[in-house]
Amino acid sequence: MASILRFRKLCYVEPVRSSSLGFRSFETLKVDNKEESVVSKVKNKLLEKKKNTRQSKEWRCIDHCCWIIGYMFTTWWLLLFLYHCLPTTLPGFRVLESPGTRLKREGLTALHPVVLVPGIVTGGLELWEGRPCADGLFRKRLWVGSFAEIFKRPWCWTEHLSLHNETGLDPPGIRVRAVPGLVAANHFAPGYFVWAVLIENLAKIGYEGKNLHMAAYDWRLSFQNTEIRDKALSRLKSKIELMYVTNGYKKVVVVPHSMGVIYFLHFLKWVESPPPMGGGGGPGWCAKHIKAIMNIAPAFLGVPKAVSNIFSAEGKDVPFIRAMAPGVLDSEILRLRTVEHFMRVSRTWDSTISLLPKGGETIWGNLDWSPEEGNGCDFEKKGEPSMSDNNLNHSNGRRGFKVKDPVKYGRIISFGKAASQLPSSQLPTHDSKESLHKSASTNFNSSCGEVWTEYDEMSRESIRKISENKAYTAATLFDLLCSVAPKMMRRAKNHFSHGISDNLDDPKYSHYKYWSNPLETKLPNAPDMEIYCLYGVGIPTERAYVYKLEPSDKCKNIPFRIDSSAVGDSGSCLKSGVYFVDGDESVPVHSAGFMCAKGWRGRTRFNPSGMATYIREYRHKRPASLLEGRVTKSGAHVNIIGNVALIEDILRVAAGATGAEIEGDKIYSDIIRMSERINLRI
Amino acid sequence: MPLIRRRNPAETDKNSGPDSNNRNEKSEEEEEEENDNKKHKNKKKKSTIAKAKKVEEKSSNWSCVDSCCWLIGCICTIWWVLLFLYNAMPSSFPQYLTEAITGPLPDPPGVKLRKEGLRVKHPVVFVPGIVTGGLELWEGHQCADGLFRKRLWGGTFGEVYRRPLCWVEHMCLDNETGLDPPGIRVRSVTGLVAADYFAPGYFVWAVLIANLASIGYEEKNMYMASYDWRISFQNTEVRDHTLSQIKSKIELMVATSGGKKAVIVPHSMGVLYFLHFMKWVEAPAPMGGGGGPDWCSKHIKAVMNIGGPFLGVPKAVAGLFSAEAKDVAVARAIKPGFLDNDIFRLQTLQYVMKMSRTWDSTMSMIPKGGDTIWGGLDWSPEECVPSKRRQRNNDTQLARQNVEGNLASQSRNVNYGRIISFGKDVAEAHSSDIERTVFQGATKGLNVANTTCRDVWTEYHDMGIEGIRAVAEHKVYTAGSVLDLFNFVAPKMMARGDAHFSYGIADNLDDPKYEHYKYWSNPLETRLPNAPDMEIFSLYGVGIPTERAYVYKLSSSAECYIPFQIDTSAESEDEDGCMKDGVYTVEGDETVPVLSAGFMCARGWRGKTRFNPSGIRTYIREYDHSPPANLLEGRGTQSGAHVDIMGNFALIEDVVRVAAGATGEDLGGDRVYTDIFKWSEKINVQL
Repeated sequence: MASILRFRKLCYVEPVRSSSLGFRSFETLKVDNKEESVVSKVKNKLLEKKKNTRQSKEWRCIDHCCWIIGYMFTTWWLLLFLYHCLPTTLPGFRVLESPGTRLKREGLTALHPVVLVPGIVTGGLELWEGRPCADGLFRKRLWVGSFAEIFKRPWCWTEHLSLHNETGLDPPGIRVRAVPGLVAANHFAPGYFVWAVLIENLAKIGYEGKNLHMAAYDWRLSFQNTEIRDKALSRLKSKIELMYVTNGYKKVVVVPHSMGVIYFLHFLKWVESPPPMGGGGGPGWCAKHIKAIMNIAPAFLGVPKAVSNIFSAEGKDVPFIRAMAPGVLDSEILRLRTVEHFMRVSRTWDSTISLLPKGGETIWGNLDWSPEEGNGCDFEKKGEPSMSDNNLNHSNGRRGFKVKDPVKYGRIISFGKAASQLPSSQLPTHDSKESLHKSASTNFNSSCGEVWTEYDEMSRESIRKISENKAYTAATLFDLLCSVAPKMMRRAKNHFSHGISDNLDDPKYSHYKYWSNPLETKLPNAPDMEIYCLYGVGIPTERAYVYKLEPSDKCKNIPFRIDSSAVGDSGSCLKSGVYFVDGDESVPVHSAGFMCAKGWRGRTRFNPSGMATYIREYRHKRPASLLEGRVTKSGAHVNIIGNVALIEDILRVAAGATGAEIEGDKIYSDIIRMSERINLRI
Repeated sequence: MPLIRRRNPAETDKNSGPDSNNRNEKSEEEEEEENDNKKHKNKKKKSTIAKAKKVEEKSSNWSCVDSCCWLIGCICTIWWVLLFLYNAMPSSFPQYLTEAITGPLPDPPGVKLRKEGLRVKHPVVFVPGIVTGGLELWEGHQCADGLFRKRLWGGTFGEVYRRPLCWVEHMCLDNETGLDPPGIRVRSVTGLVAADYFAPGYFVWAVLIANLASIGYEEKNMYMASYDWRISFQNTEVRDHTLSQIKSKIELMVATSGGKKAVIVPHSMGVLYFLHFMKWVEAPAPMGGGGGPDWCSKHIKAVMNIGGPFLGVPKAVAGLFSAEAKDVAVARAIKPGFLDNDIFRLQTLQYVMKMSRTWDSTMSMIPKGGDTIWGGLDWSPEECVPSKRRQRNNDTQLARQNVEGNLASQSRNVNYGRIISFGKDVAEAHSSDIERTVFQGATKGLNVANTTCRDVWTEYHDMGIEGIRAVAEHKVYTAGSVLDLFNFVAPKMMARGDAHFSYGIADNLDDPKYEHYKYWSNPLETRLPNAPDMEIFSLYGVGIPTERAYVYKLSSSAECYIPFQIDTSAESEDEDGCMKDGVYTVEGDETVPVLSAGFMCARGWRGKTRFNPSGIRTYIREYDHSPPANLLEGRGTQSGAHVDIMGNFALIEDVVRVAAGATGEDLGGDRVYTDIFKWSEKINVQL
């Protein structure tokens, strides 16, 4: 109390003096400290000694801050300088020779033009027209790069990345377009390469702008819409034709990645279809222009991750969350709604639907059966390449099958751990369709209207009904999604199909919505073309989920959550509510490999001209040391583009090798056995 | 600062308690400890010495290093604060500021025209000029490690400073072939980013692109036809298939935008490049693109040449002769740091010369048409228009009268035709007074002592002192004899150049030799394509003195230097004169004289001539230069300078209107400020 009084008194009495004092201290700031103390002594004899010391103390506070900062900077600069002086290659440190350099020495040179097709989320997007809140962002990247705008103006950013909820095209007044050229997808974020390493190695053997092309497209749109809005397919066609001609009539090697694989599948059908819907290239176009398609980490039959992504926005789908997670997901302010916002944005993107599992129960298994069942879950230790010893593998699998109750991967979504393991006869049966399609009376709560997800429009009751049905397979899944995301699925139905065709000659299959589904299209008539499936194995990959109802009744929340408490025994495939199988972290092996292993192998109804298919698997190995970086031997979904063995394969094919010359199949996983278990008429 | 000041009393208060002595001591000790941390050595003195003494002790310890650190810290802190404030500032703040000072800004033309209802119609193709396109590295020598797909040209030019020799080595082309040297591949950047900005903040196409985008253009109907501007035009096709790419892209864009023909917007050297393209695309396959005789009329609606050096630029002469041209940004970009840098000073110009002489494209800009176009020893089509009397109003009639009034006094003493003259007296003397010796026969000898400057190789070293003197004694060179001069001083370059470019005037365009590609970029030796519906615009700035002729001298120390220098001491007597620093200037856009930019559209192609057999309509649009009113305006919205004109609102409006479907007549036909028509009449070319 006394001190407060004193303080007041002083404030009241001293304003003049203190202001003069302050002014002086400000003035002398530039003078040396010693001088300062001398000057102050001379000039201010009136001042008491204590003030003198107080002043020097004040000095100290600011000075020390400045001093420390200055010190730090000087050291930093010094280190930076030293770092720059450092020779790029330290003596004694052996730099790994890049495959490009090695193959160049072997005499490989650029022969066939190469087209790269990026996958989902890895392509850059830039702004061409926006709302006032996006002023000054014209032709700046909204997606890929530093993502700085997410932090600066998050609402504006989500608004601009969303598409129109009805049409799946641009909302009025906003134009966001794909970045063209090689820069579009060489790096996803600073230091996180996508195509950069591959491009660099291609350049080593002589590739450059004229024979290397990145087919960038707006990955948010459905495939046909990229043509309608941006003419992306026409541009790709004209580019391939041009490269074919200018490089001495050498056919093109296409290297699509992830979703780019099905995008290019769509292109193959589009380009040979007659004009109003297709590109009018005529039936011989592919045979004339394409030498090989080297699908990297192909998601031919979809990925289960896409299901959880759409259902509850929880997918760890590759880089998206990884890019968001550190800052946004954990940020206190945005925490509550980040996931909801993400769901709202991503549900306007048609392309996510293209990644839903295709082929229904035949491919993905039903309540009691799945093609992968019986495989252990310790992928990293497992086996040698099984070129010829399928038999051995087979027996291995069978033994596992007998020992353990098989995991029911077919139930892609099950509510509760118990439901995921019970035999199907014990599951409670509801007529799922009826309950799901019952129109829900909306208890839309206006107090939380800001973040709109379609869950807000569903009644609590219908949500409970969904969870009572316990288990969903790849087939019933679509009914589920139709009920939780009706608008999105309505858009999707016009653009994608996820079934298996019985009769490929049915004229309905000339519609473009079937073109991206390998089970509902024929490959083009190009017997000399080669199709490769290059993918990583040895990483646990999400395959099925255990869900729970979110207890809180709050309107803003997504009512379903992955039940991360559901954990299996050690060595089981269940971890924090997710069943894992072998794969590359995003795509399970049988989605990536089935078409090449069985669906298209030989002359089948999906591959009437009998073009050759090859499977090349790359076993994932963790980098031995930090210096090695994240690449060289990785099998992970995106990192695999830096895998040395994969790069070498691509370079060899681009330089003219055929599949047989790079030693045909290279298989580590059980893909052959799995494919055999899938009972599909081919 | 006020914050700190206000806090003072509070702190004083805390200290001014009864136990102030104690506190004093304590604080001293604190300081002591901090000083310890700083690893200063007054530990022993801690408790023994009197307090008053301590204060001084400490302050003396505040050493030089500390002060430095303190200063740096201070600066950094202030910088951060400013940076923070700057970032916190709403992005429209500068605009508010400008509006507060200069009154409301006009809408950018794109926004204005959008309100008028203009929308995307014709696809647009940009053809960048020399030096404005970015170049990136695809394969390099050891020294360029880590620069893969980094920009060597354009952008920040950071590598010029870091590894200058390496940079020069990679930018040079092979001296014999004019293509890549072995082991080096430098290629043009593709896409709109190739030339939207030349350096950070220095726009080239960015403003035009932004304005087109606001009426709805986007990637699918805009295309930047970037090419490697160092190599000759035909070589871009041979090496990179650039012409094929442009052809295929135009065909694609025309097809995907529903048959709407393309509007081409070339700039500077891009004008010549596109001229070459138009011939190439219709020529039959092995040498040409095989598009057939009606390709242009099917695919091109209009060619809007911006600042086009149709007939070459005198700057190129000085650039090749002594590397002194201010042309181009070569020198300008390098100059501030590089030229004045003490270490490199001696040889920078030589490096520039060595580098630019390997670039075939510079030869495309050598004045074409010889004495017929550029004037002989005693006459030239232009006359000097003193800057004072230059008319700024729109009324060309009035301007013409004024100029004619001055004609008698001015035209006598300016001999623009003498593009290079040695000495000012020679430049002004009558032709009959000049004694000239023939230089071609002079013996070239190896220089006596060129071992010291061997690393910088220029062809002057092979010439020998005698050859150099012979060149100087020829005294005067016109546009025609300049070519002989080049053949003498730079034989290798010209040998390459002769295979790719030609500078004459055709007597008979039907001569089969004109089917060769070396004539395609010379408008005086080719016919325009047969496309009566096409329109050709010539858009250029006027009102800036532009280099036209040079006064040279022999440089004093001819050993390692370039032996010729512009004689900067030569000035005209009266201040109105058109000579400054040894350079005669005429009306133009700072780089291209009006004559070169306008003659073809004003006369050579006007109506049905032999150069324009199908009677393609031509329009001249001049933009009078007015410098930016204040700093905030940046490079100005009414500039007429060679590159800055790309931000000129009137020009942008014209381009956008044509892209949205307008014809030349809709724009208002010709818009002329200069005497280009009169000057063109003086030129005696058979049409």
